Amino acid sequence: MPTTGNPVLNLSVFAVFVLITLYVVYRVSSRNVTASDYYAAGSSFTGAQNGVALSGDFLSAASFLGISGGIAAHGYDGFLYSVGWVVAWLVGLLLIAEGLRNTGRFTVGDVLAFRMKQRPVRAAAANATLVISFFYMIAQMAGAGGLIALLLNVTSKWGQAVLIALVGMVMVLYVLVGGMKGTTWVQIIKAVLLLLCVTLMSIFLLGKFGFSLSAIMQQATEMNTLGEAVLDPGAKYGFSAMSKLDFVSLALSLVLGIASLPHVLMRFYTVPNAAEARRSVVWATWTMVIFYLCTLVIGFGAMALVGSDKIAAAPGGENSAAPLLAFEIGGAVLLGIVSAVAFATILAVVAGLTLAASASFAHDVYANVIKRGDVEPRREIRVARLTAVVVGILSIVGGIAANGQNVAFLVSLALALAASANLSTILYTIFWRRFNTTGTLWSIYGGLGSCLVLIIFSPVMSGAKTSIFPDVDFAWFPLGNPGLVSIPFSFLCGFLATIFSKREPELDAKAAEMEVRAISGIGVRT
Amino acid sequence: MTKAIRSPGEAQQGYREIRGFASFDDPETLSYVDSDGNPKFELIRQTDEFRTLRRRLTTFVFPMTALFLASYLTFVLLSAYAKELVSTKVIGVINLGILLGLGQFVTSIIITLGYARYAKRRLDPQRTLLAEKIGVEE
Repeated sequence: MPTTGNPVLNLSVFAVFVLITLYVVYRVSSRNVTASDYYAAGSSFTGAQNGVALSGDFLSAASFLGISGGIAAHGYDGFLYSVGWVVAWLVGLLLIAEGLRNTGRFTVGDVLAFRMKQRPVRAAAANATLVISFFYMIAQMAGAGGLIALLLNVTSKWGQAVLIALVGMVMVLYVLVGGMKGTTWVQIIKAVLLLLCVTLMSIFLLGKFGFSLSAIMQQATEMNTLGEAVLDPGAKYGFSAMSKLDFVSLALSLVLGIASLPHVLMRFYTVPNAAEARRSVVWATWTMVIFYLCTLVIGFGAMALVGSDKIAAAPGGENSAAPLLAFEIGGAVLLGIVSAVAFATILAVVAGLTLAASASFAHDVYANVIKRGDVEPRREIRVARLTAVVVGILSIVGGIAANGQNVAFLVSLALALAASANLSTILYTIFWRRFNTTGTLWSIYGGLGSCLVLIIFSPVMSGAKTSIFPDVDFAWFPLGNPGLVSIPFSFLCGFLATIFSKREPELDAKAAEMEVRAISGIGVRT
Repeated sequence: MTKAIRSPGEAQQGYREIRGFASFDDPETLSYVDSDGNPKFELIRQTDEFRTLRRRLTTFVFPMTALFLASYLTFVLLSAYAKELVSTKVIGVINLGILLGLGQFVTSIIITLGYARYAKRRLDPQRTLLAEKIGVEE
């Protein structure tokens, strides 16, 4: 079948990538002994390296294939979705990166529990991290199934399941062997490859159309059944009052959720200080801007050269736009490279997630809640590695079960959860001195809980043809994305719970320390 | 205030800077580091240098956050509720909405670079100043 190119070629390019990265991972991590090495790569990365790795976390299969495909199929609405991925970095840059780097060591729990009662807050932070990472991971693994169908021409569910399991095992290997350092290097290699790939494709496309974006879009409209209307809003998100509101909710989750994801927050610990953390976000912003500009060109290019009908009919649907375009302009070899990069992307992102989840369990739950901080680092790392294996198995099982679900959708739910549980709590704890343990617990559980409840009773779960359970109807919440309600709700919960609970004078000293450290960096190294 | 034992070296430097000229009354109070070399955060928090730093940080980041959120939400709301307006063609078939979206990319870069510059010029030197006064390394 021409749409998938040559599966053997795709697979061998991918195999070469895996071998090279495994070698790199093995080489960089022979001294992986301390907790700081395993969780935070010994804080040894530069801002530029970490910035590229940060963007690597987002240049996932869902955003590379999903967004270029979204533009190829829905034009304006696909582009509308991509804008949030860039703007969101400003939240990380202005509000989170430096304060987080200055007050935490390995996990989100470190920051949230810094000046609060340790055990309940750490447990809450770990719960939030695990739930968010699980949602995000399922999305990535489910995406792997569709990608395999498309790129390797494996159509049987069993064949896909075997390949998902294989992907999961390689990913766990990265984490076990490489820890944070290995995982970061995989992200860097992958992000550079992906950026090169999309930049070259975009330049080629623009050259073909006389460096006029308008010309590409003009031809694209002729290849789409909607005609020129595809350049206007509404092709995907629709015109009803509810669907518009749903989109606004999605946009809010996107812009506030991205910098609140645990595996992204953890990346800020891989650099030596706050100034490098700042630099890494600057780098990430640049790479994201370039990447999404290219996606715009590639999306409309795919619409123009491949045509929306052919994309929709291909195995994998929308997601196949970028690979099909690669095949159209560069033949089987370019398709092989794009496919391998797309695969690598899933591997790297899932490895990062596994690391975040295992760190949160080992460091927050095991070391600080169960053992009350009295545990040998070596033992803690052993627990972290064991957790990584368990998380890996869970994600393989979850990925096989969720194979075929709408990926972008699951990602948007993870973002809503992250924004609801983490963002309000982090901002309060860094910038609001009065904030206390009760407020922390309420804003984490209030955000997480309300978000989960609204997802369960939304059209995502039941009552619509596209629901996970289409045959029953217990939906009463009209929006597919709960962010519009649950994010403000978590801010409100944290605020009210703090106001109506007692101050904690015994923790005043820690509060002063946190304030000074977060803002000035003094005391971080002592 | 309890008498603090000044740690040698760095802490004294900070002390001299504050006093400026010889004085006989109450000379031992202003050390920002305890005998173990740990910073006294409550004292540091109340220094003018720290307050200036805090003020400079918050007067930049909060208005900027409000600004980019407002600009992004305007783009989103226009796309959702003012379809006619954003569909206006501007350059060839490129319409106002696409340009507004690309404008978000531009503002993101401007704010990012603006903050990096502001931090380098107004925040980092103030941090160094504070660290010198206290006599610890940043």
